Amino acid sequence: MQRNILEYLEESGRRFPDKIVFADDKSAVTYGELIRQAQFLGVCLLEHKGNGREPALCAPVAVFIDRSIESLTGFFGAVYSGNFYVPIDRQMPVARTRLILDTLDPVVILGVEKDRQILAQMGMEERLMVLGEVLSQDDSHTLSEEQEKALLNVRMRALDTDPLYAIFTSGSTGVPKGVLVSHRSVIDLIDNFKEEFGFSEGCVFGNQAPFDFDVSVKDIYSTIKNGASMYVIPKVMFSFPAKLITFMNEKRINTIIWAVSALRIIENLNAFTGELPRYLKTAMFSGEVMHNKVLNYWRRYLPGVQYVNLYGPTEITCNCTYYKVNRPFTDDEVLPIGIPFKNSGVFLLDGDKPVREKQTAGEICVKGTSLALGYYNNAEKTAESFCQNPLNPAYPERIYRTGDIGKYNDEGELIFLSRKDDQIKHMGHRIELGEVEAAANSLDILKAAVCIYDKAEGKILMFYQAEAPCDREVLKALGKKLPKYMFPNKLYYFEKLPMNKNNKIDRTYLRENYVTVHCDH
Amino acid sequence: MREEIMEILTELRPDVEFENEKKLIDDGILDSFDIVSLVGELNDAFDVSINVQDLLPENFNCVDAMVELIENLQEEE
Repeated sequence: MQRNILEYLEESGRRFPDKIVFADDKSAVTYGELIRQAQFLGVCLLEHKGNGREPALCAPVAVFIDRSIESLTGFFGAVYSGNFYVPIDRQMPVARTRLILDTLDPVVILGVEKDRQILAQMGMEERLMVLGEVLSQDDSHTLSEEQEKALLNVRMRALDTDPLYAIFTSGSTGVPKGVLVSHRSVIDLIDNFKEEFGFSEGCVFGNQAPFDFDVSVKDIYSTIKNGASMYVIPKVMFSFPAKLITFMNEKRINTIIWAVSALRIIENLNAFTGELPRYLKTAMFSGEVMHNKVLNYWRRYLPGVQYVNLYGPTEITCNCTYYKVNRPFTDDEVLPIGIPFKNSGVFLLDGDKPVREKQTAGEICVKGTSLALGYYNNAEKTAESFCQNPLNPAYPERIYRTGDIGKYNDEGELIFLSRKDDQIKHMGHRIELGEVEAAANSLDILKAAVCIYDKAEGKILMFYQAEAPCDREVLKALGKKLPKYMFPNKLYYFEKLPMNKNNKIDRTYLRENYVTVHCDH
Repeated sequence: MREEIMEILTELRPDVEFENEKKLIDDGILDSFDIVSLVGELNDAFDVSINVQDLLPENFNCVDAMVELIENLQEEE
């Protein structure tokens, strides 16, 4: 039985030692090289005695990441040492990095020499291990018999429930939460992806998602599981899609697992009027709602591609449901999030009661192997979100409450409606703001729109991005799609809607800056 | 025209000193979301259509490059 993701890497390494596993715009690494480098790094981590402390098993190793494959070598090195890795974007403001490192208290921080300055500001510079320096100590990366034994010893003790990575996500209190995910959860996900989507060694992945965003977990592990290759697409290409598409054709990229926002850019820039990505066979997307206006643009130009809508929060290891797009949708229809992956329990709760009827909203809850271990070093938040299944009084069974509201449509597919806190009662009607948003996002004049309810004022606020202010046109067009009581009461025009770190529209920012602060007293 | 472009840029990203920047793209100052908004703005303001072939980093690295791009597009029409 498989217990550790390194078995994926080693199995593919045996089959394809000289095949490129990962490549960025500057360099490429084969399976054989990656294994040797990662093992070498693993040994260095095992032998590291920084700060008078020795790394224990299952301890955090922070990795300052960029878009280079060296970051990935860092991840696998941490895993070889029996620890888990925590990707940290070095572009992040120092204050937020500090909050994360305080929560983690990592024994080692892998990075580049210039990270020393950032770490000096928080008194952690002695924990830095410069990846490039370590790897250049010995070009052949050969290990002594004793070192080989040390790695073997680590592996013998490994459990599939050991943590593999922690990815930090924004917390409502302002302190980021580190979602800790086990080897078993990732193995489960990646095996499902192979089976459900027919991944094989013929896959060439085009990685868009940054490595501190869990969308990239699917690229990385699907690659090594299947003996495939992954090309890291430089970020700048998403501003200049002609280069992006040329790159995709040069590398013969046939599979993409991207954030919805990346697909939206292609549509916004009307990028398919030139060259088309000729090799593309599968396009998967997640992260936020995919509006059919954007998807229909892709479907028009690339009708032969299999599109898959993926749904799930980081806390359940990337995705728990999928929808293979298999029928036409009009621009204003809502794309289903589909059906659960095998071995994922997905169900709806209304409070503590089950929701089984079609067209009835409930909170999307998840149980099974895919659940994260919890939030690292944060028992309180863990207990809040990962709780006992209220439908099971007989034995301990953890569920994750997503805070997302969904329903089953008449086809029995799951539909995402909105966030739990976005359900409103407005002028006597129960309204899902997601519905208003779907209508607004289907309008040609709008690039994107979100709605927030101002409870104190009793008003639906709509924030929209378009080429010019067009409140009147928006309202007129919405009148064709929505009952009057669902109209936004106040519109705010944006040249560019504020985006958060994960390239989602920043609702928190909008709420903080536009919604009336109300006092409950 | 230059002034008008400056105005658009400043409104888009008030935090950037556009006169001094010569590597807006190469240094990662403008990201893909900025480019999406900027292209829409420029298309409207100058009645041109910047298509995917015109979308090249060298056309957006500094204000002068943008001026040149727009002038070329206007001549074509």
